[in-house]
Amino acid sequence: MNVTSAPNAASRVQLTADGRLRHFLDIDGLPKALLTEILDTADSFRGVQDAQVKKVPLLRGRTVANLFFENSTRTRATFELAAKRLSADVLNLDIQTSSTAKGETLLDTLQNLEAMQADAFVVRHSDSGAAHFIASQVTPNVAIINAGDGRHAHPTQAMLDMLTIRRSKGAFENLKVAIIGDILHSRVARSQVLALNTLGAAEVRVIAPRTLMPVDVEDWRCRVFPRLEEGLQDVDVVIALRLQKERMDGALLPSESEFYRHYGLTQESLAWAHPEAIVMHPGPINRGVEIESAVADGPRAVILDQVTNGIAVRMAVLSMAVGGQTRDRARRG
Amino acid sequence: MTLPKIPALLDGMVADLEAAIDQRGLDRQRLALVGIHTGGVWIADALHRRLALPTPQGTLDIGFWRDDFGHQGLPEGIRTSHLPFDVEERDLVLVDDVVMSGRTIRAALNELFDYGRPRRVLLAALISLPGRELPIQPDICGARLELAAGDRVKLSGPDPLALSLVSRSQESR
Repeated sequence: MNVTSAPNAASRVQLTADGRLRHFLDIDGLPKALLTEILDTADSFRGVQDAQVKKVPLLRGRTVANLFFENSTRTRATFELAAKRLSADVLNLDIQTSSTAKGETLLDTLQNLEAMQADAFVVRHSDSGAAHFIASQVTPNVAIINAGDGRHAHPTQAMLDMLTIRRSKGAFENLKVAIIGDILHSRVARSQVLALNTLGAAEVRVIAPRTLMPVDVEDWRCRVFPRLEEGLQDVDVVIALRLQKERMDGALLPSESEFYRHYGLTQESLAWAHPEAIVMHPGPINRGVEIESAVADGPRAVILDQVTNGIAVRMAVLSMAVGGQTRDRARRG
Repeated sequence: MTLPKIPALLDGMVADLEAAIDQRGLDRQRLALVGIHTGGVWIADALHRRLALPTPQGTLDIGFWRDDFGHQGLPEGIRTSHLPFDVEERDLVLVDDVVMSGRTIRAALNELFDYGRPRRVLLAALISLPGRELPIQPDICGARLELAAGDRVKLSGPDPLALSLVSRSQESR
């Protein structure tokens, strides 16, 4: 499949003529007002979790298909729960072990799912641009949600991180945020930097050894720090990334213990940050590699809030995109 | 037409609510008002102060329970519903500013029951307009108005609360 075409031109594909969400593929190109609307809607969905029945009827009678071409536990589980809490029927397809392994092409798989009248596809794929490609191929009535594509983007993870930051710290305007670790392989880091800049954070920093820093990082609108001590000075939010050992095919690191010694988030290194700084991690955590257990389980960690917020953000994005498609179709008649 | 003044409408509603508490044996200690965003919350707030009920007031945003998602998609600016009490076996008064089609109340009842099984639910509305599309009627009503075709009443607030007439020609301008 050809997925090399520039994914950055996605903004127009994502919105209806009247500026509503119809696909959610990338933070890039989405206006601040729309990101804020996603956060506000997600906040309201957090309120639903106080009710006895933690469901709303918005997607009753609709079908959401989770298409996971790559392994995922947490993202898939929270997307499934989000769709179920919106009252949708959910179809989980582990494509690695299904028809594509038997030779069916991606387009054949998509056409079959469309024939089953799915209203949204949640797509996780190891190729950058896969969700855009699928959005360009499906009929206009199916909403595509990017659940992570290669090294490119993971926009719902970035938005759940933004929700977690906003719920802990309030406004973005005065915040300094540092992202530490394996920036090179991280689709999360790129989406986080875009979202933080769009939402108006005062300063975004990335901290990593040069071998784990992408070559184009200078274009990211963030400050680059090769040393942890300088990068953490006075920051309000610390985001540790997972060291993606499975994606490291070259000799990028001398050893995990070496990485931990220089870039591990420990109680000692956290002292360089602002005394009220919060600690985040997208999971799954490599304890003793990028973060010390005492920090991950400590009072400043909001890592489990991130998981709860993930359900609310995914409910917001699914209902907004399916709603945008619905409204668009009703207007076309 | 001259629209009624809010304080007089609220006084009438309070008297009717007091009468309903007596006649229908509502449990005043556990009685809770639930305002529907936005105008209904303002009215519930004003009634709550006048009635001096011990239970704090609840608020509902019915945005996720609307029946027009299939046409309109998700409305913008949905707030968090907040019921600071256990709904189970409680007497509740659902409060809205204007009742017309009845669809908002249908959505509010559905949402309310996701929080538990109330003992009784009464409906209080500041204004009732013709145009019901569902079998829903207020138990307590400030005023029943007949408007010219296409006209609407709009409540502004919260301070001061005031009613104004919006005609279709004004809206389209």
